[in-house]
Amino acid sequence: MTIPTYMDYSATTPVDKRVAEKMMKYLTMDGDFGNPASNSHYYGWQADEAVKTARKQVADLIGADPKEIVWTSGATESDNLAIKGIAHFYKKKGKHIITLKTEHKAVLDTCRQLEREGYEVTYLDPMANGLLDLNVLKDAIREDTVLISIMHVNNEIGVIQDIEAIGNLCREHKIFFHVDAAQSAGKVAINLSELPVDLMSFSAHKIYGPKGIGVLYVRRKPRVRLEAQMHGGGHERGMRSGTLATHQIVGMGEAFAIARSEMNEENKRIAVLRDRLLAGFVDMEAVVVNGDEKQRIPGNLNISFNYVEGESLMMAINDIAVSSGSACTSSSLEPSYVLRALGLSDELAHSSIRFTIGRYTTEADVDKAIVLVREKVDKLRDLSPLWDMYKEGIDLSKVEWSAH
Amino acid sequence: MAYGEKVLDHYENPRNVGVLDKDAKNVGTGMVGAPACGDVMRLQIQVDDNGVIEEAKFKTYGCGSAIASSSLLTEWVKGKTLDEAAQIKNSDIAEELSLPPVKIHCSVLAEDAIKAAISDIKSKA
Repeated sequence: MTIPTYMDYSATTPVDKRVAEKMMKYLTMDGDFGNPASNSHYYGWQADEAVKTARKQVADLIGADPKEIVWTSGATESDNLAIKGIAHFYKKKGKHIITLKTEHKAVLDTCRQLEREGYEVTYLDPMANGLLDLNVLKDAIREDTVLISIMHVNNEIGVIQDIEAIGNLCREHKIFFHVDAAQSAGKVAINLSELPVDLMSFSAHKIYGPKGIGVLYVRRKPRVRLEAQMHGGGHERGMRSGTLATHQIVGMGEAFAIARSEMNEENKRIAVLRDRLLAGFVDMEAVVVNGDEKQRIPGNLNISFNYVEGESLMMAINDIAVSSGSACTSSSLEPSYVLRALGLSDELAHSSIRFTIGRYTTEADVDKAIVLVREKVDKLRDLSPLWDMYKEGIDLSKVEWSAH
Repeated sequence: MAYGEKVLDHYENPRNVGVLDKDAKNVGTGMVGAPACGDVMRLQIQVDDNGVIEEAKFKTYGCGSAIASSSLLTEWVKGKTLDEAAQIKNSDIAEELSLPPVKIHCSVLAEDAIKAAISDIKSKA
């Protein structure tokens, strides 16, 4: 078996070698393995110093104060802590939350849990391009709305929400604003000293850091308070107990520092590659790009090859590792809820492929993907009764299908 | 999802892909599934004067298991009478291809397809 070319950078990224090398210095006897909370001896001081540095590195990329950084196990935990933490702490203020149907499951499922606890949640529909219409948000705001949670960059379609405008609206109505920024850090400039955002979730493994470590940014001015979800030794100012994972934290810090110094150049390079990939497909028949074509991160191309089912296409192009919105790639057999929320027909959702490229993607990788995809789409369309019908001019939406 | 060898073989070298004349009296067409569900199978069979299936063709929109199930089905029905072909069970297909539980519905669809094709041809008689 040949190792396929990796084009699934939104699922996770490889750890940058510079990051891995740094992390290794915080594990073994000859390294700084101490517990950062051990404030009575050398080992603890060394580890604490490393955590401080990393805290500043993360804060510097996002324009925050290091004191506003709370270490977590990843963006899922950050989302949980932000949403449940606010909802529980401020429950006397109101029990209504607003979010978007295309949010990550870490946000949606957390909201579902709060519904079971008696909270009310409004799930907004995005526009067809994946972006949130501010007027729709405005109309959903109620007297008892306590929190709005909207992601910065969508993981499937890569569109960038206007979090500044959303945040201003939240400020106007004195509603807390949480942003899941797992997919945007290192790709989109974030300056929390100016952005009207109260809480922001981050993950290390989406930007060439290790898995298992993340951050919740919690604003200090004006102060945002949270009810802890993890109780114990009172780490992270009581908001998240648990011994700090020094090597993971150091890795996240280094990854964020590298992103800070390289993201502008890197984004330009990746945008050229993404445009090249897109150019390789645009002349094909019955192809649709999903998500706004302008307001999106450079590394994402989500595209539906109509009349070809996504999972079988992924099988056919197994020399490249991508992901699909097809039902068959999920255990639920439902097509992507994100694409469905954009109003895409089921068959277009089933036919989608997400290419996400990144730091180690080359021009040769892109060219290989284009040739492979074109060849296999042709082959599968020859196999597809829907393609025949489309060619005969039959409107598939008017056919009576035997649902099963 | 990791597939078994037989699924991969049928998927990479599908047998009997094609179209028969759906208006011919000795051709039966079964089209089952729906684009919304992610799979549509079109199975066509052609019988000789003795009522034996002499030709079978398919086209399938769907995942690897759906393509493999329909490809296998076209191999199996050739040389069978309509009654014999009607006996093919989805469990036989699932077993032959070692389909995982989440893909059993693909074999169910294949069974539906042959039943639909047979009923189409009988309706023409």
